[in-house]
Amino acid sequence: MIDTDVLIVGAGPTGLFCAHQLGIIGLKCEIVDNLDKIGGQCIELYPDKPIYDIPAIPECTGEELTNNLIEQIKPFNFNFHLSDRVQEMKNENEKWIVKTLKGKEFLTPNIVIAGGVGSFEPRKFPTKNCEKFEGKSILYSIKDKSIFKNKKVVIFGGGDSALDWAIELSNNSKISLVHRRDEFRGAPASVERLKELQNEKKLDVFTGYSIKDVIGNSSLESVEIKNEEGQSKKINADYVLGFFGLIMQLGPILDWGLNVDKKTIPVNTENFETNKKGIFAIGDICYYPGKLKLILSGFHEGALAARGCFKYARPDEKYRFEFTTSSKNVKDRLGVKE
Amino acid sequence: MVKIKYIEHNSKEHEVDVANGLSVMEGAVQNDIPGIDADCGGGMACATCHVYVKEDWFNKLPEKSEGEDDMLDQAYKPNSSSRLSCQITVSDKLDGLVVHLPEKQV
Repeated sequence: MIDTDVLIVGAGPTGLFCAHQLGIIGLKCEIVDNLDKIGGQCIELYPDKPIYDIPAIPECTGEELTNNLIEQIKPFNFNFHLSDRVQEMKNENEKWIVKTLKGKEFLTPNIVIAGGVGSFEPRKFPTKNCEKFEGKSILYSIKDKSIFKNKKVVIFGGGDSALDWAIELSNNSKISLVHRRDEFRGAPASVERLKELQNEKKLDVFTGYSIKDVIGNSSLESVEIKNEEGQSKKINADYVLGFFGLIMQLGPILDWGLNVDKKTIPVNTENFETNKKGIFAIGDICYYPGKLKLILSGFHEGALAARGCFKYARPDEKYRFEFTTSSKNVKDRLGVKE
Repeated sequence: MVKIKYIEHNSKEHEVDVANGLSVMEGAVQNDIPGIDADCGGGMACATCHVYVKEDWFNKLPEKSEGEDDMLDQAYKPNSSSRLSCQITVSDKLDGLVVHLPEKQV
């Protein structure tokens, strides 16, 4: 069991800056995120896109912003628990016990939910019959590519993941690539390579098609695809791979007994506490009158939520406001030499 | 102000007034019309404000911007009449627009 002052759910910019504010006021925290990297939407959705509305930074990309925030909290040595997701929580003696999917347990008086619009999960096939094969012969990510050797693999999607795997697996597997339109959004070099392989008959490409059904009893046998004119085709398949990007889902947090309204969690604007004592929500996931889904609003919310955490983490101490420019305490925490 | 009709997958219709300059997505969200999630808030960074627009209206819409089709690849059951409603700005020309909502967004 990991004992901490605050558990932050979500390692996007809001969660990271809240961690900074906790460090500044002398609290410890642990940070959990479902993604395998730090940065949340900034790193997953727009690492290369410039952002123009971070105060005092005229222009920076999602990746630069993330790197700067990581740099800013380095002095505090907080732990990140990536590729993991908070699952259950229960209250015990005024503290929260939180369990993750991977079985980690945290004991904490405060939980700060900075979960954005939810955790990122792969978008699945819309076809009901796919469910029984998911995780076995229908996959949304690849952990071990050797399983595809000498197999028939049907890949759906038009982005880099679909193209890269189609190209790579075509060396040792019989590949069919299915995409809903003629244009591919993958890197131009990959699209070029795909066309070469198609001309050399090293793989088959079906554009204008989407999945209709999968066929097979105990094991997958084939996949049926259809176009908008209603024509369908059947392709024999040992494996079906879907690369349709990521969707965001609120997940188990919905079962925590928090008030939830249209995928957002109502909070007060004094310290961003939810309807449950010691559980705070900040960033895109919280709602209050006038809420703006801007990164800068998340920073403000994180700063106030950090102060809200203080009273539960240090019930016998009085919180004292200090400036980073002048406080010796703060400079010690930052490891700054005067 | 123009009239826009949103038709849910179960055929339930919602006709609302939407101010010029707003997006068709914002028109739905502000009027509490179910079926548009708009997770990213209109940044063309998700595909959860997906709508279908039938041919008579499809050709009158502002053209798709760069990247919209890429995002639509990631929508739930997209087809050639799919649009992201956050990318359709409301103007007088769209008075009477009808959009059909998919069965679900995620």
